[in-house]
Amino acid sequence: MSIHKLSLYELHEKFTAGEVTAVEIVRAYGLRIGQVEPKVKAYVTQVKDAAVAQATALDNALKGWRKTLPMMGMPLAIKDNICTEGVPTTCASRMLGNFVPPYDATVIAKLRAQGYLLLGKTNLDEFAMGSSTENSAIGPSRNPWNLQCVPGGSSGGSAAAVAADECAAALGSDTGGSIRQPAAFCGVVGLKPTYGRVSRYGLIAFASSLDQIGPITKDVRDAAFLLGAIAGHDPLDSTSTDVPVPDYMKALKRKDLKKLKVGVPVEFFAEGLDPEVEQAVRAAIQELKALGGEIKEIQLPRTDAAVAVYYVIATAEASSNLARYDGVKFGLRAKETKDLLELYMKTRQEGFGPEVKRRIMLGTYVLSAGYYDAYYGKAQAVRTLIRQDFEAAFQDVDLIVTPVTPTPAFKFGAKSDDPLQMYLSDIFTISANLAGVPAISLPCGFSQAGLPIGLQLIGRPFEEETLLRAAYAYEQNTQWRTKKPAVR
Amino acid sequence: MEITKHEVEKVAKLARLELTESEKAAFAKQLGQILTHVETLKQYDTTGVEPTATVLGQVNVFRPDIARTSLSVERAVANAPESADGFFVVPKIIEDRER
Repeated sequence: MSIHKLSLYELHEKFTAGEVTAVEIVRAYGLRIGQVEPKVKAYVTQVKDAAVAQATALDNALKGWRKTLPMMGMPLAIKDNICTEGVPTTCASRMLGNFVPPYDATVIAKLRAQGYLLLGKTNLDEFAMGSSTENSAIGPSRNPWNLQCVPGGSSGGSAAAVAADECAAALGSDTGGSIRQPAAFCGVVGLKPTYGRVSRYGLIAFASSLDQIGPITKDVRDAAFLLGAIAGHDPLDSTSTDVPVPDYMKALKRKDLKKLKVGVPVEFFAEGLDPEVEQAVRAAIQELKALGGEIKEIQLPRTDAAVAVYYVIATAEASSNLARYDGVKFGLRAKETKDLLELYMKTRQEGFGPEVKRRIMLGTYVLSAGYYDAYYGKAQAVRTLIRQDFEAAFQDVDLIVTPVTPTPAFKFGAKSDDPLQMYLSDIFTISANLAGVPAISLPCGFSQAGLPIGLQLIGRPFEEETLLRAAYAYEQNTQWRTKKPAVR
Repeated sequence: MEITKHEVEKVAKLARLELTESEKAAFAKQLGQILTHVETLKQYDTTGVEPTATVLGQVNVFRPDIARTSLSVERAVANAPESADGFFVVPKIIEDRER
């Protein structure tokens, strides 16, 4: 039995049955990470010794009896913008290079209470700003399917780690597609929950009205399993919603789409969509139909506005959230400054990379006197129109199916000189964040070059079950998940 | 849309960011390109449209005003670049009065 090849849920079953110990799990993953990590570079920080100690303690505590807490003994990787007490959390930024959180994010506290095993913290674009991990201050991660290609971003380290079997599953965060796009590029499953479904407490803030934490996993069942372990209301996050958490595993029982109406938005199949991606997604839509789904063409007429709205709202919120990095309370401090203003200016100059500076500048500009109404106010109003498009669509259909990205994974450097082109590649994922609705990305094929292609399903608020049901039905009736990257 | 170097400098100061000359030039060009794209929002009529402040109708949340334990001072300042006696240390803010 190769432990690292098992899905999270398969591993959970074996652990619960006593067929494998926590120490065996950690050692197996230690070996696997040792083999492929030099090529993939998924991790910012590994905590091998701590994981072995944790596993040993767990095995000793469990001696003679088996407990069935969902994440007990499960080896997970966590995106390095989610606070882990006592373990560095850097946001892949020089600014937080030495930051060791004094507390756990709520999702981490939940996993810890269940006895999970932390393998390490995964790479990201600095402060989750980017689509390729090329903006990481420690260098990019690589796509396990083709090491010359980006893994996507910003949760590229998490997606690459899952694809390369360097963890059983991972957590990412998604502000404009940062879970779903790397999941698509790396051929794994990524779920952005409804805004408010998962607590953001301890997630280092990028754009607070858009950010959500969610699972990146080897298959759909794992996404349901891990979402159930982290979801729920949290008094420490006043935007988390007090809606009961259903048993997401139950949503997988019906392996069909009978009585589900599936909307295909014409705006998502416009020019700029790679023909191979279009072909794979259209074939997947036929499969959803064969599984009992009623396919309907729909309109989301304000789709074209999404990128512009997003890059105003997200950068405005970022410019405010990142004001806290001032060289005083934590993080980097510039040396030999003569007064407080120079301390701020130089600390931020030295601590932030180019993309973070660009977004702080853009966000500051759109919020500044004289431009606020024309840019920020306008974007907030058009955001309302985009939400209304989704509300109208969900009167007619139960879920919406689209591509995740216009193209498969691109090569390093292909877009890094042109920020606007990089931003425009987020076109299919951004709307779900602006509307606050849940969306899942799962594999639906491969390009001629052997790169994975992703399928996106978008659902009504708090109807993750419908997404999981449809995604699982599709996954179980196709073979994409059985293909694994060679990592070479 | 054109963004001048002067505007970049003004915004950078508001954002408390020191920029190099090459950063100023690059940002002037790139911000201009991005804002030109943002201007396409003008084509959408938003007369009478309520701006989105919260996405799914969240409302204010209150909790009872009860004291509870929080981070100790030692842990709160543990990540500070410079601290003394449980305080954050910063450069002098108020200048000495000349006598």
